[in-house]
Order: sequence, then C-alpha cells, then structure tokens
Amino acid sequence: MTLLDHHLLSVLIWFPVVGGILVLAAGNDRRADTARWAALGFSVATFLLSIPLWSRFDRASADMQFVERLPWIERFQIEYSLGVDGISVPLVLLTTLLTMVVVMAGWQVIRDRVAQYFAAFLIMEGLMIGVFCALDGILFYLFWEAMLIPMFLIIGIWGGPNRVYAAIKFFLYTLLGSLLMLVALLYLYRASGGSFDLLAFHQLPLAAGVQTLVFLAFFAAFAVKIPMVPVHTWLPDAHVEAPTGGSVILAAITLKMGAYGFLRLALPIAPDAAHQIAPIIIGLSLLAVVYIALVALVQQDMKKLIAYSSISHMGFVTLGFFVFETRAMEGAVVQMISHGFVSGALFLCVGVLYDRLHSREIATYGGVIKVMPVFALFIVFFAMANAGLPGTSGFVGEFLVILGTFSVNGWYAAIAALTLIVGAAYTLWMVKRVVFGPIENPQVAELKDLDRREFAVLMIVASGVLIIGVWPAPLLEVMDASVDRLLAHVAVSKL
Amino acid sequence: MSRELLYLLIPLSCLAAALLAGFLGSRIGRVNAHRSAIGGVGLAFILSCVVGWDVFSGNHFNGPVYTWAVSGGTHFEIGFLIDPLSAVMMVVVTFVSLMVHIYTIGYMADDPGYTRFFGYTALFTFAMLMLVMSNNFLQLFFGWEGVGLVSYLLIGFWYERESAIRANLKAFLVNRVGDFGFILGIGAVLALFGSLDYQSVFDAAPTLAGTTVSGPFGSEWHWMTVICLLLFAGAMGKSAQVPLHVWLPDSMEGPTPISALIHAATMVTAGIFLVARMSPLFSLSTTALTVVLVIGALTALLMAFVALVQTDIKRVVAYSTLSQLGYMTVALGASAYSVAIFHLATHAFFKALLFLAAGSVIIAMHHEQDMRRMGGLRKLMPVTYVTCVIGSLALAGIPPFAGFFSKDAIIEAVHHSSTPGAGFAYVAVLIGVVLTAFYSFRLVFMAFHGEERMDAKTRSHLHESPWVVTVPLIALALPSVLAGLMLVNPAMDGSLFGNSVVAGSKPEGLDMTAVGMLAHAPFAWPFWLAIIGIVAAWVCYCLRPELPVRAAERWSGLYRLLMRKYGFDEFYQWVFADGARGLGRVLWEWGDRRLIDGWMVNGAAGVVARTAGLVRRIQSGLVYHYAFAMIIGLVGLMSWFLFR
Amino acid sequence: MIPLSHYLIVGALLFAVSVVGIFLNRKNLVIILMAIELLLLAANMNFVAFSHYLQDLSGQVFVFFVLTVAAAEAAIGLAILIVLFRTRRSINVQDLDRLRG
Repeated sequence: MTLLDHHLLSVLIWFPVVGGILVLAAGNDRRADTARWAALGFSVATFLLSIPLWSRFDRASADMQFVERLPWIERFQIEYSLGVDGISVPLVLLTTLLTMVVVMAGWQVIRDRVAQYFAAFLIMEGLMIGVFCALDGILFYLFWEAMLIPMFLIIGIWGGPNRVYAAIKFFLYTLLGSLLMLVALLYLYRASGGSFDLLAFHQLPLAAGVQTLVFLAFFAAFAVKIPMVPVHTWLPDAHVEAPTGGSVILAAITLKMGAYGFLRLALPIAPDAAHQIAPIIIGLSLLAVVYIALVALVQQDMKKLIAYSSISHMGFVTLGFFVFETRAMEGAVVQMISHGFVSGALFLCVGVLYDRLHSREIATYGGVIKVMPVFALFIVFFAMANAGLPGTSGFVGEFLVILGTFSVNGWYAAIAALTLIVGAAYTLWMVKRVVFGPIENPQVAELKDLDRREFAVLMIVASGVLIIGVWPAPLLEVMDASVDRLLAHVAVSKL
Repeated sequence: MSRELLYLLIPLSCLAAALLAGFLGSRIGRVNAHRSAIGGVGLAFILSCVVGWDVFSGNHFNGPVYTWAVSGGTHFEIGFLIDPLSAVMMVVVTFVSLMVHIYTIGYMADDPGYTRFFGYTALFTFAMLMLVMSNNFLQLFFGWEGVGLVSYLLIGFWYERESAIRANLKAFLVNRVGDFGFILGIGAVLALFGSLDYQSVFDAAPTLAGTTVSGPFGSEWHWMTVICLLLFAGAMGKSAQVPLHVWLPDSMEGPTPISALIHAATMVTAGIFLVARMSPLFSLSTTALTVVLVIGALTALLMAFVALVQTDIKRVVAYSTLSQLGYMTVALGASAYSVAIFHLATHAFFKALLFLAAGSVIIAMHHEQDMRRMGGLRKLMPVTYVTCVIGSLALAGIPPFAGFFSKDAIIEAVHHSSTPGAGFAYVAVLIGVVLTAFYSFRLVFMAFHGEERMDAKTRSHLHESPWVVTVPLIALALPSVLAGLMLVNPAMDGSLFGNSVVAGSKPEGLDMTAVGMLAHAPFAWPFWLAIIGIVAAWVCYCLRPELPVRAAERWSGLYRLLMRKYGFDEFYQWVFADGARGLGRVLWEWGDRRLIDGWMVNGAAGVVARTAGLVRRIQSGLVYHYAFAMIIGLVGLMSWFLFR
Repeated sequence: MIPLSHYLIVGALLFAVSVVGIFLNRKNLVIILMAIELLLLAANMNFVAFSHYLQDLSGQVFVFFVLTVAAAEAAIGLAILIVLFRTRRSINVQDLDRLRG
C-alpha cells in the first residue's frame, strides 16, 4: 500500500483524529457501546499501524525518516513537513500503546458523554503524534496548542469536584509558556530569511545574546510542560481532578512533550545558550529530585503523591539532558518512556481503587491485599518500578542517568542518587498504608479483585515495564544514532 | 551439555519454580507448589555441586549471556563468572536454601500464604544466584536489589501485623541508604575504568591505583579509596554493619525459615561476598581497609553486647548474626578475604542451623518466642536440643566444630594484620569471643535446661517437631561439625579460592592447617576465652539464676543502654523519619502552597482580578453613559486632529 | 437668500438637542429613539444645505438613503423596545443596566 509506505506518519496522525470525529458522530449515550467498540477499534488499529514505524526504522541512520513534505501556506513558507528520528519513534509508540490502554481503562467507568470522552482521547492521540513528528515550526506549534483543547475538556468535563479550577490552571499555565515559544519561532522565521523548517533552524548561526533569549523563550514553554520546579504546581491539581484516563495520558505523554521539545528545538537551536544555562537547569532538576520527593512524602492523596513523584522523575530527564553525556541523555530518554509506563500504571491502579470506593485518600484504605491479592501484586510491582528496582524499566533510566552524570560531576550524581532513598520511601510508605496492614475500613473488606478487563489493562503495561527492564537494548539501539548526532551537534558552537 | 547452558539452568530453574509456585500456586495446590519449588532449588543444588566439582578441576568460566544495553560505547552485559569464589557461594546458597525449603513444609504447614511463601523463597534463590554468579557490576546490582526485594516481601509476609510491615519498610529503606553508596560506587567504577566488567576493571586497577580526585575543601582522594568506600557503603547496608545494622533485628518479624535463609545464611553475607569479590580493588586502598576493619570490629563488639540482654530467642540469634558479620568484615579489613569467605560458609551452616532449631522450638511452643517462658525442653525435643548445642558449640568456636577454625583464623589474621586499627580490632574480637560463647549458651541453658517455665496448656502439647523439620536440622548439623575440618586446609593454603580473591597477608610462622590449629588451640587465648564464656553462662543461668537479675539492677544504666540497643532506632526515627516528614511538610506548606501557588500563581491571578475590579466600575451598563463617552471621545479625537 | 451658515447652525442645534436628549434622558427609551432620529435629521440638514450650495445632487441622494435607514432603524428599535417591555415590564433607561460589569 503506497499510503502506508509514503504517508505513514500522516496516517498515524489523521487516522485517530478522523476516528475520533466518527466516534463523536456516534452520538449520544444510548449508543454508548457502539462508541466504546469504535474507539477501541480505532485505537488498536492505530497501534497496529505504528508497529511498522518500529520495524522499518533504520537504526543505523540519524537522519529523519518517513519524511513527508508538502507546501501548506506558501505565502509564509509554512510547510506540512513530518519526519521521525530515533528519539521520536519510541514516543510515538508509547502514545499509541497508552491510548489503547486508556480506552480500555475507561470502558465502564465513564457513563455519561461516553462518545465525547473517547473521541477526545482519539483526537488527542493524533495531535500528540503530530507533535512528535512535526518538522515545521508552525505545524509543531499548532499540534502543541491544539492538544491542550481535548485535555482541557477531559479535565473540565469528566473531572473531580474542583475540576474547573484545575482545568483553567492547567490551560493558562501551559499557554503562557507556549506563547513565548511562538515569539521565538517567529524570530527564527525572520532570522532564517523566511522559513519555519526546524532542521534549518538547527543550522542557523545565532549570536550569543539572541541564543539566550531564544533559549529562554523555549525554556518557558518546555519547563512548564515537563514540569520543572518552580512552575510545577499545575500538575498535582490537574492530576487530582482529571479522570483516570486523563491522568494517565497527562503523566505518560503530555509531560514528555516538554522534554521532547528540549531535544528537538531548544538544544540544537541554541547550543551555546544551553551550555551557558545548563548549571541552572541542573540545579532545578536536582531540586526537583530532592525537594519534590520530600513533598511527595507527606501527601495524603494518592494521586497527588504520584503526581509529585512524576515531577521528581522528570527531574532525572532534564538532568540527563543537560549534563551533555551520551549515557545520561539516553538514560533520560529511556526514563521518559519508562515513566510513561510506570506513572501511567500507578494512576491506573489508583483508578481501580477510586472506581470502587470513590476516594483517593490513603487513609481510606489499608489491607487491600487481603481482598485484592492480584491487584496488590500489580501495585507492588509498579511501586517497585517507581522506586527504580533493577529488572524494571524504572531502573534503566535512573541507572544510566546516574552513571552518565557521575562521569561529568560526582556531586550531581550523589544528589540525584538520593532518589534511591527518598523515592523508595514515599512510594513504599504509600504501599504500606494502602496495600498492607489490617483492614480497618469495613468498605475495604467488601472490595472485589480485578476483573478481566482491568487485569488485561495492567498486564499490558506491566509487560512493557518488565521487557524494558530486562532487555533495554532494542530501545537504546533505536535512539543511539540520533542521540549521538544531537550531542555532536550541541557540542559545536554556533557563534 | 555445554557449560553455558548448565550455568544458565541453575538460576533459571529457581526462577521457573518461583513463577510456578508464586503465580499458579492457587491452581496447582499446596503440594505441587512445594514440590515445584523444592524441585527447582534441588536441581539448582545438584547442578551447583556439579559446577563446583568442575571448577575445582580447574575449569573456570567468564562470559556474557546477553547484551543488556549498549549506551555511549559502554556494553552493559549480563554474564557469568564461575570461579572458586562463586562456586563456593553457589553450593552454600543452594544447599541452605534447599534445607530451608524442606523445613518450610513443616514450619508453614498451617499458613494460608503457603504457596506464596515458596514462590518468594525460590525467587530469592534465583536473585541470590544471579548475584554470586555475576561477572559485572550491573548484574551484581540486579541480584543485590532482587534479594532486597524478596527480603522486603518476606519480612512483611504476615502483612496484617503492623510490626511486620513497619520492619519491612525499614529494612528496605536502610538497605537503600547503602545502595545509595553502592550505585555511586558503580558510577565511579564506570567513570574511572570505562567498563563494568569485573575482569577488565581488575586488570586495569593496578595501573590506575595512583589516580586521585579532588574532594571537598581542597582535599585529594585516591580514586580507589573513593570507589571502595562507596561500594562498602552498599555492603554495610546489606550486611548490616554499624550504623546501618538497625534493620536486621527487626527483620525477625518474618517467618523463621526466612530468618535462617535470608537474614543469617545468605543475603546478609552478600556484602562480605561483595568485598571479597572486589578484593583486587580493596587491596589497593589502605584507607578503605581501615574503615572496613574498624566498622567490622565495632559491629562485632557492640552487637555481641546487645545479644547478652535479649530475651526473644530469635533476637538473640539475630544479634549474634550481626556480631558474626562483624567478624567477617574484620577479616576483610585485615585483607584475609579467603578467611572471611571461609567464615561466611561455616557461619551459613551453623547459623541456619541455630535459626531452624529456634524455629523448631517456636512451633513446638505455639509461636512463643520469649525464652523466659521456656526451659527444660531438652528432654522433650532431643533432636532439636542436640543440633542446637552443636550449632552453639560451632558458634562459640570450640574445636573441632566448624566455627572454631574459621573464627580462629580470623583472630590470627587480625593479630598479624598491618592494617591501621588492627590493634583495636584484635581486642574487640577477643572480647567478642567471650561474649559469643556466653550468649549462645545462655540461649541453650535458658531454653533447654533448668525448670519448665511455660504454662500447663503449652506443656501438654510439647513434642518433637516432625521429620521435615528435624531432617534439615541434622543435615545442617553435619557441615556445622565437619565443614571447618574439611575446608580449613584448602582455604588457608590458597588452593580453595585460587586467584578469585587476592591472597591477603598470611600470618607468618603459624601453622594454619587443621592439625596445626587443633594442636595449637589449648595454648591460645581464644579457646580459653570461649570456655570462660560457656562456664559463665552455665553459672548464671543454671547454677545461680538470680545472678543476671542482680547484675541488671547493679548496672541499670548499662542494662538500659543495651536494652535500647544504644538508641540507634530512636535516633534514626527522630532525625530521618520524622525529620524528613517534617521537612517535607514545611516545603509543601510553605514552598508549594504558599510561595508558589499562593503568592506567585494565584497572586498573579489576584492582581488581574483586582485590576479588573477597578476597571469594571466603568461599565455601568447604562446607555446614556456609553453615549456620553462616545461623544466625548469623538470630540477628543476631532480636537486632536484639528488642533494638533 | 439665506446664507449657508444659517442652515449649518440649525443643523448643529438639532444635533446638540438630540445628543442632550440621549444622555440627559433617564426615563424613557422612546425618547432616545426619537433623539436618534433627530440626530440623523441634523445630518440630513447639512447634506441638503451643502448639496444646494455646491450644486451637487449626490448630497440629496444620500439623504434618501439615510431616511430609509432611519426608518428601518426606527422600526427595529421599536420592535426591540416592545420585546424589552414585555420581558422587563419597564422601559425606564435607568433600569436597563444588565450589562453592568
């Protein structure tokens, strides 16, 4: 099929979007089952379509692959240009896989506006893939901002009691940052003599002062999205209020877009500024690892705790980027993927409990293992992955980042390694209070263990965590060439 | 069968057994679950013996199994290094594990978590084998954390007990403090050597021994010292050395077979194994060896004192484990690595024996662990009694039991060591000998001799344990007697471990053979010290039972200090547990909620809202106001254009 | 012959009356509608005056357009006014402040 040969990325972007619109057309809640099955069909099909991306990707090459290039708005030289390298391929696969998981996870939980709910996720899937594939500044910006809308609706419509505050906070926070990114893109358009081609931006020579400004503008957009301390406070609120599926996508993929932005835009476009500002960013990353971990320790709300743990883990990602070392950077990318699985899985686990007792408070539970042994197995496994136990994906990223960082600066590594202690402390303390212990709440004694659907959902994610943990070589192989080229590019001054 | 397949089969048979018993336990039933676990571990034991025989015929192996990852030019590989050191560890681990598995059938017979337990223990054996068979730091860390995980799960095996789930969290976190150093040590190894493979690291170590790195305050540190200290931090966590020892006594919340397998015989000795494995690095840093020596001596001495006052039968054995781990560490610090591993092996047998004997008493007493309510069990439980005495004699170091040879070798090694701090360590281990003999026979006399202090109901049900319990006791008693005699010659003349550990400073002019040591024993300090300890215990607990009580009253300050275990627990609870939570709460309340959210985020929104509040008054909603404003505006604009 | 300035003064006076009528009137919405009509008439007056003065008919043509628009506007205005009265039971200008911020 030539469509799949030459326009695979376009298919991956627009197929779920069209699917979402069709699901939306399925209409009202009386035909909810139609909407569910249609959504599942579309998400599974998208996942299957994304597999050739993995299998046909040329691992030896660092160039953009599956490239598509069409004129779009010729007046301004804006192009519809797509392509993927070794860094985006795993992220696209993560997106398609987790959207499928989320559709399954929301199967019976969502009871009103079913079609709209699933449509929002499908449309968002397409838009997120768009972000990871776009090679044109305006196209990137468009996907980047458009993605906010379905997320805003997911939190604002299907969220918890304080959802409007959380949704608006989320929206304004991220919008504020990304507007500065638009300014930077427009400046680069002028500086490059009228083009929005991201790859051309990479080669564009820029003066030192300009680089700093451009970098800071990008930084504002991406730091909010990741999120880095101190612009992280939208995340706990958004997570707490979002429905389970929203939390999963938010933690697993949306946060990664910020990190991806650093790799695709900020670092290669302004390498000198990146080196100059790196100590500050490393400082903020380490602050995230330690400060946020301590904050996570005292949370009473499971979702908040996991949200803070996400911020702490994303600190590892930014740390890995800005020490400019191959192992650290590859570790950071692995950490992105792994965090997608692990935090997503933990949110799914909280969702399983929330669906039953409608409480996210740690104090409500205790002794869950007695009545839900299979569930307990999963949550302990994911908690261990979150604490970075070897053999799970959580370990690979942390290990490589610490190792890579150590060869640059031992003290950075020492602070980062504190997560071994604190990370285990907050995760396992939560597990202790939720899973173990005597049953004190009579409602907990009535809980039913996982049904087959929930089991399947958690099993998919657990296999991902385990496979990456035991054998990360294929994942690293895909990104190796691209990371090498990126680091080589960043090492050369543009001045 | 090719060697690689053979090696691979050893851990994988345990893993398969673990998966079978753990995941399918409820389907296949209790009997099949323990059959599969014992089958898997038994197969691993037989194969380990085959490998051991093969290794001592001179066939060593070092090779990769698969490439875990390639990053930044570094190949991270999973592979096996089979040499005498790992062969000894494999045989010890699988043997003790097998015995414990059999014993568990009896001990856990009434427990609802029976199949889960076998899943855990088999998984533990897998992780421990991965640890000892590893040929690189990555896999070492994998096994290291794997055994930590299983230990966590097993300490919290009775998850409804608050004390158990507190203890397992504590154990995991204290171990993580050690792992913090360990992972940084691995980072340092990679930074200096560019490889995580043992062989290439050890090959490059002598040439890089002189390289230094600048530390804080302008100090210069040898890389080797930094690496060794960081790695030793990991060993301190796992092998429960002062001040990271606090988790081990609490881990006794787990079922007794686990205390024997994990918290006495195998897992806690992983730290000793680590240092012995790293002996080519440690031998290059005198500073690191001094630290090892002093920490080990402190552990050996301080924990032996605490063991004197414990009344819980398992805790006495636990503290004696701590003390003996201190002995092994002292041996490492004195560069007598092979002696440390020798003691590790003999200790594994007699300590597992003591724990299982204690467990046998505990089931007979219907889960009563307080020795003050025992006594006189000698006649009722003869097999347990005899094996327990054998274990205690071995522990006290009475010739010709296994412990005598290994402990005497340690004492001699320290005596002749040139590591700074060896003088202190020598005194510490000598005092330790008295204490060890005293507390181990205190246990024997309190539990098995004297009057029967249990209530009538328990008394009427007392009987010897079933054969699944006593057979492992006997099977472990044999090596507790013989292992020393058999192993001492090869361990001392270097033929046992070959070049897998660095040969340390051998005591000069001392006859370190079985015959020589036995002949020398009556003329040496340690033997008589041990005898003094045993006699003292007999006097205090058989002859004049009021003596200990009076001593406790007389030195009540010291007694309370020992009862509170020097206050380590309270201190950690206060500084680290409460401190971290307090700090977290402050950071959250003030940092996140007030400063960032309250002041910056909602503050910005507040400024907008207040400005809007001012501006909104202009919007009166009345048509004539708007009309007036339009006219004024129009007039203003026209005047601007006309008169500017 | 009456000079041009007289016409312009009448137009200005009419305009001023209507403006005052719009924003001094607090009672009745109908008066505002009438004032708007007067406003347009003032403009028409100027158109016609200049048309005659400049001998250019297009000014008077414009007046027709304005008259048409004014008529339509009055019709729509009155319709809105009636609907308004139906819903709010008042056409008192001071009460009509639902757009207050």
